Amino acid sequence: MELREYDLNMGPQHPSTHGVLRLKLAVDNEVVLGVEPVLGYLHRGMEKLWESLTYTQVVPLTDRLDYIASLSNNLGYCLAVEKLAGIEVPRRARYIRVVLAELQRLASHLAWAGFMANDIGAMSVLLYAFQAREDVLDIFEEYCGARLTIHGIRIGGAVRDLDAPLVSRIRAVLEKVPRRLEDVRALLDENRIWKERTVGVGRISATDAIDYGLTGPSLRASGVAWDMRKDLPYSSYDDFDFDVPLGANGDVYDRYLVRLEEICQSIRVVRQALDGLPEGEFTAKVPRVLKIAPGEVFHTIEAPKGVLGFTVRSNGSDRPERVKMKSPSFINLQALDHMCRGNLFSDVVGILGSLDIVLGEIDK
Amino acid sequence: MPEDPADRPELREALAALSGRFAGAVLAGAVDKGELSVRLSKDALASALRFLKEEGGFNAFEDLVVFDNLGSAGEGGQRFTVVYRLYKFPGALRARVAVDVGEGESLASAVPLYRSADWAEREAFDMFGVRFEGHPDLRRIYMPDEFEGHPLRKDFPLAGRNGGA
Repeated sequence: MELREYDLNMGPQHPSTHGVLRLKLAVDNEVVLGVEPVLGYLHRGMEKLWESLTYTQVVPLTDRLDYIASLSNNLGYCLAVEKLAGIEVPRRARYIRVVLAELQRLASHLAWAGFMANDIGAMSVLLYAFQAREDVLDIFEEYCGARLTIHGIRIGGAVRDLDAPLVSRIRAVLEKVPRRLEDVRALLDENRIWKERTVGVGRISATDAIDYGLTGPSLRASGVAWDMRKDLPYSSYDDFDFDVPLGANGDVYDRYLVRLEEICQSIRVVRQALDGLPEGEFTAKVPRVLKIAPGEVFHTIEAPKGVLGFTVRSNGSDRPERVKMKSPSFINLQALDHMCRGNLFSDVVGILGSLDIVLGEIDK
Repeated sequence: MPEDPADRPELREALAALSGRFAGAVLAGAVDKGELSVRLSKDALASALRFLKEEGGFNAFEDLVVFDNLGSAGEGGQRFTVVYRLYKFPGALRARVAVDVGEGESLASAVPLYRSADWAEREAFDMFGVRFEGHPDLRRIYMPDEFEGHPLRKDFPLAGRNGGA
């Protein structure tokens, strides 16, 4: 067939872009020659705004970054501020944070599985995955009254203690989630249509993935065992026994398998944290007006989307001089062009979905 | 703090190698909070980053952070401090490379070394107006192309630039 290059616009109001993302595609018939993401439609100038707020006031705004996993953002920011201010978080609070953060990872991965399958056309999966996710959001609601933008972690600890009724409720949900997960896997794992749309699609090698800065499940699907919970453990993660699931082919299917397996590992971690929940305070004593002597710190966590980092620079006042967020979705999206080249136009939606991006943290 | 890894001997070795190779260009160097931290003169940036990647094994580019020193007189007495954060995988080692750059000056792009530096440099250009020589496509990334000014500069107001709220 005659070789002709067309430019094609996708978004920013496209249902599969998970927010307001615009893609400029160059295609030759059905084959993708290049993808250029156009950002900024959701840019709210968060980093500028943070400079005008106190350290404490910044925390609820971090919920609005990756709003599918808002609590992970709270954790990343609070750990950076605590490191800078030298605040020692009580052991019980660290365990509560692990419980909440892993439940958040579970909810985020379940939402991803639902959205991803829905993008490819398997709508029933969305319903099963969201049923399980609802149970987790109910836990958050009972914990602090909110479901999506939770603001469950504060500087110094958590917002409240985990009491016995809540602990037994979490345990009950952990019993239910694997069954829902089996439903999802029964629908997809050996589904011929699903496999044709995902196996061998959007591949990236381990070397390229590192060069593009990929992190999180999208990196681990290429066989790179980089997980900040193991590499530079924070919040007592070194107390728990869990595996880092790896893929081999770096394609969409492996990214799917890695995320589903991570859900099982999160359940393991939450169970261990609940079993070993130490006695003590759920938060450190933090001054009402927190002033931090001049300094700079960089801290990273393993968020559901990848490595989330915060650089915080203080100037002696109660407001940060500068806060810079290292957003996993922003960096992971850079690899989309590489992953899509040579693939079919119809697979762009699947490859984009497999990266698990959230525009809230890309545009900041 | 329990999350700080102990100071690693590899970092001290990397610092010694870097200081030996770029004797005049390393303005300050330390191993602090489990990471290698150096301040370089900006002309040595590209070759020092290449050295850290190829000899030091820092194979991942984690982040690029710009600080506007307006009114706070940064260490180097220049308007901006640009910080590169590198990571070594496997090994979990971190390097922080800082350079000072004045208004209207430019830095060598890190994109030929690390492809993930592409959007990071575009963001730094968009938000602060720092230019990167050799970047394949240095355009704004968040703000519209016709936007005037660089929002994260300290002299850019939070609100009310055009008389409105």
